[in-house]
Amino acid sequence: MCTMICEKADMEGSAKGREGWFPLKNANVSYDHPFNAPWEYAVNIDFVNEDRGVGARVAVELSPESAKLLADSIMKALERGEADPQIQISVL
Amino acid sequence: MYTTDQYEGMIAETITISGTNGDAINTYFARPMGPGPFPAVVLAHHLPGWDELYREFTRRLAHHGYLAISPDLYCREAHGTPEDVAAAVRADGGVSDDQVMGDLEAAAKYVRSLPSSNGKVAAFGTCSGGRHVFLAGCRLDCFDAIVECWGGNVIMSDDQLTDKQPISPNSYTQDLNVPLLGLFGDLDQSPTPEQVNQHEKELEAAGKDIEFHRYPEAGHGFFYFDRPIYHQSSAVDGWDKMFNFLGKQLG
Repeated sequence: MCTMICEKADMEGSAKGREGWFPLKNANVSYDHPFNAPWEYAVNIDFVNEDRGVGARVAVELSPESAKLLADSIMKALERGEADPQIQISVL
Repeated sequence: MYTTDQYEGMIAETITISGTNGDAINTYFARPMGPGPFPAVVLAHHLPGWDELYREFTRRLAHHGYLAISPDLYCREAHGTPEDVAAAVRADGGVSDDQVMGDLEAAAKYVRSLPSSNGKVAAFGTCSGGRHVFLAGCRLDCFDAIVECWGGNVIMSDDQLTDKQPISPNSYTQDLNVPLLGLFGDLDQSPTPEQVNQHEKELEAAGKDIEFHRYPEAGHGFFYFDRPIYHQSSAVDGWDKMFNFLGKQLG
């Protein structure tokens, strides 16, 4: 809220929070103060389902370099997986 | 001056006040025991929410003889752990300045109405709370002094303005109507030292009664003893500066 930098994305999938698995609804990606990581700012990713209350949240707080590595890793895994027609993920 | 032979006691509890639009707002209220009269401080909590740290700040002020009151500025959003609530607020772009002003004003009016009040009320805030109390000193007439600690986004560019924060707080500089103490770390990134200099120059140009202190070895949030950014010598001096300022302004 100090930087106001937050990107929201609709999500399909599951996340495991403090009370077990829950269906995902959004990912909130902010560049703002973290709660725990030892820096003034971090890339904070909250996987949430607001319909289940604010406690339905899986959080990570990353350094900028880590965030870039994560984004790159996601894209690389997607490229490899989507290149193989035998292992396509079908959303039911 | 605190001495070992004096009586001391306080009551600290959650109460409810009527905030903006008459909404019921959970509020942490710590006060010295005794008839008073006591000066008061309204605390505007920081981005990480209405958390344990702010409860400790509230009790510390009560320990030093203040009616200390800290409204949950995120109360309308949801209830849960302070981090979960603050994360939801962060995702929503914060809370509106108008709403916060109403809640801070309600807290000030509440403490001033108490028979144990001496009629003087200051506002203290850090981070986003520092921004909020600067705004309060400009937009409201219910405070007698302001303690702004590293207020982030006091100076906002046009592309940072939103429906909730539609006007850069420094646009109100001319309207500041009470003395202001500002504490800042030179290693802070928000506000940067350049922004602190600009903020100070604008206040001086407007002829305001201000007292700015900068700490060369401190960054953002140097009072936060639960985080690596805590800076001991700066924090100790900052609290001293704050208690001296409050003592002078509130009696």
